[in-house]
Amino acid sequence: MALTGLDIFKQLPKKNCKECGAPTCLAFAMSIAAGKAALEQCPYVSEEAKEALGSAAAPPIRLITVGAGAKALAFGDETVIFRHDKTFCHPTGLAITVEDTLTADALAAKVAKVNDLKVERVGQQLAVDLIAVVNASGSPAVFKDAVAKVGSLTELPLVLVSENPEAIAAALPPVAAKKPLVYAATADNYEKMTELAKANACPLAVKGKNLADTADLVEKIAPLYKELVIDTGSREIAQVLADQTQIRRLAIKKKFRPFGYPTITFTSAADPREEVIQASVYVAKFAGIIVLKADEKSQILPLLAWRQNVYTDPQKPIAVEAKIYEIGAVTPQSPVYICTNFALTYFAVEGEVAASKIPAYILPVDTDGTSVLTSWASGKFSADSITAFLESSGIKGKVSHSTCVIPGYTAVLSGKLKEKSSWNVLVGPQEAAGIQAFAKANFA
Amino acid sequence: MAVQIIKERNTGKINTVAIGATKEQGGTRTSIVTVGGDAALPFLHFEGEMPHKPVIAMEVQSRVPAQWNDVLKQPFADVLGDPAAWAKKCVDMYGAELIYLKLSGADPDLENQSPEECVSIVKNVLAAVGVPLIVVGCGNEDKDNVVLPAVAEAAAGENLLIGVAEQENYKSVVAAAMVHKHNVIALTPCDINICKQLNILITEMGLGLDRVVVDPGAGGLGYGIEYTYSILERGRLGALQGDKMLSTPVIATVGYEAWRAKEANAPASDFPAWGEQSERGVLWEAMTATALLQGGVHILVMRHPEAVSLVRKNIGALMVPQAV
Repeated sequence: MALTGLDIFKQLPKKNCKECGAPTCLAFAMSIAAGKAALEQCPYVSEEAKEALGSAAAPPIRLITVGAGAKALAFGDETVIFRHDKTFCHPTGLAITVEDTLTADALAAKVAKVNDLKVERVGQQLAVDLIAVVNASGSPAVFKDAVAKVGSLTELPLVLVSENPEAIAAALPPVAAKKPLVYAATADNYEKMTELAKANACPLAVKGKNLADTADLVEKIAPLYKELVIDTGSREIAQVLADQTQIRRLAIKKKFRPFGYPTITFTSAADPREEVIQASVYVAKFAGIIVLKADEKSQILPLLAWRQNVYTDPQKPIAVEAKIYEIGAVTPQSPVYICTNFALTYFAVEGEVAASKIPAYILPVDTDGTSVLTSWASGKFSADSITAFLESSGIKGKVSHSTCVIPGYTAVLSGKLKEKSSWNVLVGPQEAAGIQAFAKANFA
Repeated sequence: MAVQIIKERNTGKINTVAIGATKEQGGTRTSIVTVGGDAALPFLHFEGEMPHKPVIAMEVQSRVPAQWNDVLKQPFADVLGDPAAWAKKCVDMYGAELIYLKLSGADPDLENQSPEECVSIVKNVLAAVGVPLIVVGCGNEDKDNVVLPAVAEAAAGENLLIGVAEQENYKSVVAAAMVHKHNVIALTPCDINICKQLNILITEMGLGLDRVVVDPGAGGLGYGIEYTYSILERGRLGALQGDKMLSTPVIATVGYEAWRAKEANAPASDFPAWGEQSERGVLWEAMTATALLQGGVHILVMRHPEAVSLVRKNIGALMVPQAV
């Protein structure tokens, strides 16, 4: 079913105008075939070509945006099944539920609590992404009020959870400019729901009863509206894992169009701890959005960290800022450890230095986030770069001595470093695991 | 357009390794644990069998782990000084399927327990519980090379899992396992090629691959776990494609990795945005485990009973058959 780059190239205008961003039409065609570009990026493509290439030219999973403005969440548009094949691109959106049965005060308190579920980790701002307003009351009027209220209290995009078209018809238009996700179109209501989502230009979730049923329903709706998110209706962990795996495989390997949309999943456990554990599975296995009730910082933080890890680009090492890190209650006599600013190197050193209970300074030299041996081999971790950092970091103003510890694998640098920097150089252990014993032997 | 389910045709599978021996088998265990045998990616039951569920080994140390934080010490406050009682509590109260005994007190920089003392601790733990035992050294190579052979000899017949064998130091522990018929943990920090290499070196010595469990050197949640996760996935894919040297079951020291993270130890007063400390620590450990389970781990070494309980429930839910 998937077209080759040459099949696509034949349909292009062959002007090599570069307006799509690719250097030639052939290169553009190859990008489309690889799912990295969309036909619409070509300003001169003919209607016939669009028709002929049709769905085969679309990326395997459509990019969907919920919300508007700075906090809008774009998700989908993934191109691989395993992160080591390239990378996962759009981190799973986390949605916290708010029920419309809450009193006005409780609702405001709840929204404030969800707004505050954010934290900075390794230089990145992490936060929950959406609030899912649930029509637990069953009343369209109550739902309308609750949605309006939540919308006025948060900048987070909304998910409107109701299978009743009357409730959506009441609640959606006043907040349509915020582009909430409408959840959900089912076999019973899809005509009305699709009409509402389309009229308000908001994304629409499609909820089936299982994989096959969901595909059928998407095929009915897609000709009318394509801003879709899919839910197979499964709620038990093992089945959700199977469904998510099939959806991702079919979208990527077969370009199966009914599954060419991002997914939404719901946790089912009553206990919030069990919920986040359940959610950890869905973060790893392809969920576009996870809706959960857990709302404590201690529950959400591990999930935010796991999501950050899974969606880290394996091709780009994460770096920490090259600056002075103070571990424990440092004094001017505290030892100075040198390492590289590859995050894993730094955190391994930091953990062991902290565990040694001997306060110390750590100076991660900027090696573009590469590890000790890699950066030594490439010359980024050298007597010159270390000397420069000892000067520029300002460590001299913090300590009364001039002794630094370098990683054992780079012992060969010690002579030259001593000469260049006029610091006394101690060769530390090869692995961070040796730091505790080393610190005890040298600094206790 | 009908949904045409994709089921990969895998030619290889994970080895099975049995740990422990009952009376009939020449040991004294009341249960044995078998891991591995997976013929698909983790928990994809629709694609291939997963005959043995992942198991949880609870960690016991041969010295009072003074460095553990209070949240972690509290459930064991009455037994931390007695490895046998600690192990018994893990099995009787918290349902541990195996005990992972770390002979941390053998460290020359700490209590420097003698090989004889270590042997006696192992024997006491064996006497106190009926589940199979994993025994690892303190991490000092020279000391471990004396302690582990002594333990292997004293526990002959018990079919332990002992470790660790590393690329630079594997011969004495592998030899001890061969002579006294135990299984070995092969540790290769985050490197799939060295993992294969070490398995080759170990089998060249004559120990069967059905006696090897690998430890990929887990990165903890938030601290490089994604490297381990991707190595697990790549290793599993290699095994399913028939690479025998990648077909060994996997053990991960989840508790150790999770509880050294700042997020598991810092009080909420230091980091208000992180929330309450004890729940955060428990979930940090539990999620380190459930994240690695999705990559493919067979033995999870864990510490906190509440984390153990959450993960056990997750494993149970993941072992349910799937309709596709």
